[in-house]
Formats: sequence, C-alpha cells, structure tokens
Amino acid sequence: MKLPASPGRVARAPENFLDTEQIAAVQAGRRDFLRGALAAAVALAPAASRADGDPNILQLPEHSRSLGQPVAARGYGQPSQYEQNLQRRQSPGLTQVGAASVSFTPLQGLFGIVTPNGLHYERHHQGWWDIDPSKHRLMVMGLVKQAKVYTMDDLMRLPAVSRMHFIECGANTGMEWGNVSVPTVQYTHGMLACCEYTGVKLSTLLDDCGFDRKNGKFLLAEGADGSSLTRTISMERALDDCMVAWGMNGEMLRPENGYPLRMVAPGIQGVSWVKWLRRLKVGDMPFGTREESIHYVDLMPDGMMRQYTSIQECKSVITSPSGGQFLLDKGYYNVTGLAWSGRGRVKRVDVSTDGGRNWRTARLETPVLTKCLTRFNIDWVWDGGPAILQSRAIDETGYVQPKINQLREVRGSRSIYHNNAIQSWKVDESGEVANAQAY
Amino acid sequence: MRAGKWRMRRLISVLLACLAWIPAYAGMTAPAGMTFEGIGRVATPDEIAAWDIDVRPDFKGLPKGSGSVAQGQKIWDARCASCHGTFGESNEVFTPLVGGTTAEDIKTGRVRSLKQPDVVRTTLMKVPTISTLWDYIHRAMPWNAPKSLQTDEVYAVLAYLLNLGDILPDNFVLSDANIAEVQKRMPNRNGMERFPGLWDVKGKPDVANVACMKDCETEVHLASVFPEYAKGSHGDLAQQNRIIGPTASAPAGQHEAAAPSAPKPPDTIEIAKSHGCFACHNVDRKVVGPAFKDVAAKYKGDASAADRLAKKILTGGSGNWGSVPMPPNTTVSPADAAALARWVLGL
Repeated sequence: MKLPASPGRVARAPENFLDTEQIAAVQAGRRDFLRGALAAAVALAPAASRADGDPNILQLPEHSRSLGQPVAARGYGQPSQYEQNLQRRQSPGLTQVGAASVSFTPLQGLFGIVTPNGLHYERHHQGWWDIDPSKHRLMVMGLVKQAKVYTMDDLMRLPAVSRMHFIECGANTGMEWGNVSVPTVQYTHGMLACCEYTGVKLSTLLDDCGFDRKNGKFLLAEGADGSSLTRTISMERALDDCMVAWGMNGEMLRPENGYPLRMVAPGIQGVSWVKWLRRLKVGDMPFGTREESIHYVDLMPDGMMRQYTSIQECKSVITSPSGGQFLLDKGYYNVTGLAWSGRGRVKRVDVSTDGGRNWRTARLETPVLTKCLTRFNIDWVWDGGPAILQSRAIDETGYVQPKINQLREVRGSRSIYHNNAIQSWKVDESGEVANAQAY
Repeated sequence: MRAGKWRMRRLISVLLACLAWIPAYAGMTAPAGMTFEGIGRVATPDEIAAWDIDVRPDFKGLPKGSGSVAQGQKIWDARCASCHGTFGESNEVFTPLVGGTTAEDIKTGRVRSLKQPDVVRTTLMKVPTISTLWDYIHRAMPWNAPKSLQTDEVYAVLAYLLNLGDILPDNFVLSDANIAEVQKRMPNRNGMERFPGLWDVKGKPDVANVACMKDCETEVHLASVFPEYAKGSHGDLAQQNRIIGPTASAPAGQHEAAAPSAPKPPDTIEIAKSHGCFACHNVDRKVVGPAFKDVAAKYKGDASAADRLAKKILTGGSGNWGSVPMPPNTTVSPADAAALARWVLGL
C-alpha cells in the first residue's frame, strides 16, 4: 500500500519555497498570492477528476470498495503500519553497552495517562531476560518468623489489587541539570511511564511471613537477573502502598519490565521497582547496595552525596507542542501534557506561554489518582510570534514544581537525579519548537 | 438465669472462633485475621543460603575467606581488565573505577575532588562502604558471567582494586578478619548524608516555588536553547513523530520524509541484538569480545571461515582474541548462527 505524501494535511509551504518577506506576509494573513502558487502546483498533477474537491473524498479508496481482513488475522494485535514512528529509542552516546542502558518512551505521541506496554521505557543493568514463570520463585526472609518461598501460582492465589501508578527513573531529565542537551520530550522526560499494575500488596506477604514489626524497618528487594539488582525500601513505604506485581495494563508484565514479577513502589524512583523480583529481605538497617552507594546518589555542591533518596517530587511537562515539532499554522492549539507527584495527587497545573510571567490553570482530565500520571489540557491561540511554553504542577501537599534555577541554588548542577524542574519549550516565528531553559 | 447462661455460652463460642483465627506463630498480623493456608511454603536452610548473598555495611552476610593483591591481579587481568582497563581507569565501556582519590582523602574520609565542577566521578571517589564493593563484585561481576567468582576470588579482586586506588599496599591480603580495618581507609567513607526530604513521603522538600499567576517577577532569562548544530544528534526527528496531528514533525514540505516505509524482514543486526551479541561485542570497537569488523578483517579471503565462525557462535571457544572465553550460545539456531557469521564476515 502506498502512503499518500501528506495524508489529509494542510501543511504550510516549505521554507525554501517562500522568502522571509513572503513568510511574514502569510503570517500577516495574506494568502492570496499563495493560492496562485498552489493552483500552479495542482495543474501539474494528472487530471484524474474534474470534480472539485479532495481526491480522498472524490475517489473512493480501496478500503471502501473491497473486502477487508478477517478476524484473528493477527493473534496478538499490532499498531497500524502508520504508527511506526513512535518507538522506544536510546539517546546516542549516553551509554556504551546496550545491556546496561536505557530506552526512552515517546511521550510526544502518547494520549491520556496509560503507557502502551510496548512503549514503556527500559532501564537494564545487565540485560533483560524472558524468564519461565513456572520456574520463578520469590523468597521472603530476614527478620521474619518463617522464611517462605512462593511460586507464581502461590502469589496469584493471594488477594490481588489493581492500581494505577507512574514509574519514573531517578535520572529522568538528568541530562538537563546543566544546559539543555537533548532535543525532544522523549529524551528529556521519557524515562517515565504509567500503568495499571495487578499484584499482591507487600504488606500481605510480609504479614504472611510474620515479619518483625519492631526491628524490621528496612526491606531489601533483589532481582533474579545477572545484576541481581538490590535496593533498600523503607518499611513505612513498603507497608503503605508497595506491591509485588505480575499484571501490567491487563496482561502479564513484559519481559523488559520484569516478567513475571516486579516490585511496584509508588512514588519512589524506578530503580526501586526491582524487576524479575526473586527475594525480599527484612532488615534493621539500610543495606548500602551499589545502586544507593555508587549510583543513584545525588552529588551536592559541597561534595557531599545524598544517599537513599527515593521520592520523585511533583513534576510536569507539556508533551505537545514540544521540542522537535513544528506548529502547522497560526491559530488554535490544545496544549497538552502530563503531571505527577510521588507524594500524592496532582492538585493543579498552570501553563504559561510567555516564559513564566503569566499563568493560566489547565483542565485536569480524570482520573486524578495518587502517585499516578495526570493528563492536563489547555486552550492556546498562537499568534505567530515567539513564545515560551511552560507547565507548573502543584500537588496535594501544596508543593509547587520549582524552576531549574531554584533547584540549582540548593543542589548545584551535578546531582544527575531528581531533576523535577519546570520544562520550557521555545516556539519561534517559523513554528519550530525547541528545548530551552527559561526562568 | 437461662438467658445469662446462653449469653455466656455464646460469648465463649465467639472467643473460641476468634482464637481459631489466631495464626500458628505469634506476631503475624494478616489482614482481618486472614491466613493463606497452603500458599507458599517454608524455605529450607539450603535455599536461604543459596540466595541470601547480600553483604551489609556492618558486614553481616560476609562469608569467611581471604585473597591477596597478587592473586587479584591475575583474576583482574583475565576477567576484569577487558572492560575496566588494566588499571581500572578505562572509560571505554563503563565509567572508570579508579582515580581521583588522594592520601589526604584516605585520612579525612572525604574525597576532595568531588567539589571540583567537571571531575569524572570514579567508583572509588564515590563509594563510602567497602561492603558495597564486595557485595556487587560477588553478585554481578564479571559482566558476562555474574556470580562465577569464588569467595576468595572476590576478596582477591577487591584487594587488587583497592591496591590500584592506593588504598591497600602491594603485599596485602584482604580477609573477613581485617575488612573492617580497611573500611577505615575508604576515601569517601564520610562523604554521604541522608536527606529525609527525599526518603520520607512526608519529608520536607528543599526548594519552594510560589504559584504566582499574573505579572510574575521574572526577567524570562533564556539561559539555554537546544543548539542548531545538535539537531541531528538524536537521529531524524521527523521520523520520531506521528504523521498526523496538530504539529508537524518536520518543516512543512518535508512531510514525505516522515512516511514510513513498508515493513522489512529483520536485519541480521536485529538477530544479533536479539541474542545479546552486543552485550560483549560492538561492530567497530572492542568491548569484552573483539569488534566484529576486526573479526571480518582477520578472516578476509578465508572461504571456510563462515562455517567455523558459525560453529563457534553455537559452541563457544577461546584463545583467538585474548583470554576471555566466548560462551556457547545455546539459544541461537544453526540458521541464525550461519546468518550471523556471514554478516560479521561481510562487515
């Protein structure tokens, strides 16, 4: 099937087609001379029909004139062939080896709050595996009355809960602590996803093993892969809303996301959501693992490092229009984006189109859930002039998403992790949107 | 009287019913008294020993054993240097392990160079606890064969790594008996702090913005804009947006470029990716194993090389490219192995 060059789009003429003066004329609303130019272009096309109108309407397409595909032609459905541009992608040069790397979610093209499973970002420390679920085991041990082993069958017999939460890598937006360094929202904010998880509450498992409530203040979670990644989680968080999950948006976890079992630690940075989870250990002190002693430590200006930082603070980003995109023309736009907080619900999102001088409150789409992505939308009429788009989220604790300079005043620019600053997108007269920092 | 007796009997039976719900072991507090009989089972001591590998900062979990700097050097050169460099200094594959620490840091327990603005942060500059290194080498190293080092080998490798960082002398033998003393020499042992604001969900954040709405005091200082010359740094951005929608992914007139081409059969490079070849190899750079292009150059003009290489992909081998063995790849089909061999040799 041949794809039309610009299916159904009214696009502006190429920049090299018009000179600067003419572009200004178009933006001033003078389109008469352009109509002449387009008429000339149409005249070159084969005279297929004399009827006046869109050939997509006038000439009935094949799909309206013949028989389509049968049911179950694809046992597991795939996105349309026209959607191939939205892929998980790596940021070139960020890492040297693909098995210890990250791929980013294409937030620029996603709707609502749910991340499609195939587009969920990946972060692996020693490669991913597709583990046979019938051979996977979870051991709960340490300060417990009885150390226990659970099969997947066992776990899936326990009382299940289903909850929607965001997951964000602690290093999301980490490349932007100094200057802007990546072009699009996929790379600035794409270590972010949101799914409905199904699993058993951690408190249910810990109770089942009779954990030591007095001394068991910390929990170690460990993966079954080569890295056997470990992280310390506070018992307070573990008992509050952490879960051991196998379900992800209605199906089993994807292998890249920890099939068949992962930790879900709402509001806490993604590294604690241990994948291929094999062991939980109750302890009386933090475990000082590599991912909390060498990595995922935040370097402060005085050379001290913050250890055991966990909570992902309130943050938001406009996903469209966003870096690397071009506004089609002057006029109406629905500015849309995502907001979230590791401390609870998003209470409000404000949007500025003038770099932060004036703000308007956006519409929050439902559902607005705790420690979950929230979609916001707001009307904007682009007058063709330069603009700087920003969003600012406020969570239910009253915390207001900070500006990058406010973060830098306290943390300097070398923290790598926990950058929740307001994101700026600069729009120029040509309609091009670029990543920028404005405050 | 009768009513009182009945009430008493009822009270006793309720109490008995409650007791029946009390779990077999004290301290268990399942929700609403729920027990999950038959779900899960008690772990055996051997099972616990097999998986209970973590070593804490107070050395709980550390197995008895020892290893010398000299023994560590041998293991290092054979199994670690290909990624981390002979001196632990390499940044080819991972960030460097060694460098940036001084004798003064060992005294103070604070790495001074961490204050410098653009310093490369090595592992020894950051790590506060020696237990972290023991634990991680033991659980996750070497890169392509995690958990293959014996206890004494872990001590030896760690001793050599700390020797490379001038923390331990050449003749040192590291053991469970002296590791606590070595901890007192870790250069950044006093360089970590806790920040409750990012640990406790109710913690106090360290920045506070205000939600000003109108004529806010700001100069709108454009501090940084993505530079023109870097626009190609992340590939063709026009190919990374949907072909329809409120925005275009390329300047108008260049939309043809955004049209996806027909799906292609998987490239050999995809086969290589799917079998994890790139965990150890790169096309044009040596990683753990040789660069594929170097393999192609070595066997250029050798007609029988494709068959031999295909066999080696399946069964593994060693000796041609240094001491790191290539493991057998049991998940690769013979057809895929042949395709991979042809592809590598054609590079």
